[in-house]
Amino acid sequence: MDKVRVSIAGGSGYTGGELLRLLLFHPRAEVAQVTSESLAGKFVFKAHPNLRKRTQLQFSALDDLRPCDVLFVSLPHGKSMEKMREFRALAPRIIDLSADFRLRQERDYREWYGNSHACPEMLGEFVYGIPELHREEMKRTSFISSAGCNATVTILGLYPFFKLGIVDPNRTVVEVKVGSSEGGNAPSAASHHPERSGAVRSFMPTNHRHTAEVIQELSFREAIQIHMSVTSIEMVRGALATSHVFLNQPLEEKDVWKVLRQVYGEEPFIRIVKESEGTHRYPEPKWLIGTNYCDIGFSKDEKSNRMVMISAIDNLMKGAAGQAIQAFNIMHGFEETEGLEFPGLHPI
Amino acid sequence: MAECPICGGTVNLGEDTVEGELIACADCGAELEVTGVNPLTLAEAPKEEEDWGE
Repeated sequence: MDKVRVSIAGGSGYTGGELLRLLLFHPRAEVAQVTSESLAGKFVFKAHPNLRKRTQLQFSALDDLRPCDVLFVSLPHGKSMEKMREFRALAPRIIDLSADFRLRQERDYREWYGNSHACPEMLGEFVYGIPELHREEMKRTSFISSAGCNATVTILGLYPFFKLGIVDPNRTVVEVKVGSSEGGNAPSAASHHPERSGAVRSFMPTNHRHTAEVIQELSFREAIQIHMSVTSIEMVRGALATSHVFLNQPLEEKDVWKVLRQVYGEEPFIRIVKESEGTHRYPEPKWLIGTNYCDIGFSKDEKSNRMVMISAIDNLMKGAAGQAIQAFNIMHGFEETEGLEFPGLHPI
Repeated sequence: MAECPICGGTVNLGEDTVEGELIACADCGAELEVTGVNPLTLAEAPKEEEDWGE
């Protein structure tokens, strides 16, 4: 069986490390190169100690990148768009994990990221990278833009209800609790251990950039409004979205189960978690560490039409590298779960 | 097969199922009691209640 030759542009960060971990053991992939400007020439285990003795790969400089079948791009936001024209000459298929090609409209980059786009002609070529929403387009495209972690956990919790038009499109409030790995591997005063440890820190109460992706992907009939806040908590990996929506028709919890089954019944990485008793009644990021699952639960307020959706992921997996591998599998017609079968750890 | 009264999921039951049997729904984890076998009907099983020793 011929393997797909893949390379990773920008492989020294946490997302790059997860991509490498998954690709090294993927039965259909062969990793050709991994780049890092600061670590060029050094073994990849210098950045990713979990991969010691599992590969002899050394980091390359970006300028030394050679042609490959698929290029995963894990460069910082803003850098990817600067290099994309060069990258497309190196690889016929590209999966970009930055935010640079997630939004369809150039004006949205000015509004949400505060700068113009360096490669606007390619925005329309990329498919937004949540398979549960864009699986069929992924089978036909050469360019996929992997979705943001906070956007993914929010969108997957809300998608069935906006798709079916059964919630008020302008009254959704989302609170996302996130771990420290979302901040990347560059240290800062805010990530210094005495400051960060034990923190419950309102990181972005308003204007979080991922809001733009959520609005884009959930606006089926009209431009919707999403009111989103992000809070950093004591956790390394994980994201938990608590989304408050208001139903526009009377639904009981049994009906909500049916809606979720209707939309997600065949999805390999979506699990409905809702039990009436016991410890594990609703989704928890802790049990998803290292997995590609998105667990979704809900509770309908008996005294109003408010419904609370609870969704959880590992931000580095379903929120980044895992979802990118899922897209890679779909793009190539492989079994969607290949290389992503890990069920998580318990206890941890 | 029967429908879970809590989540509407499909509950698979063997042919030898008897009335009063306790089972669990694979989707929502609810404890269910078989309240009839022809046709098959299910109800949420009564929760264990505090026994005050009387």
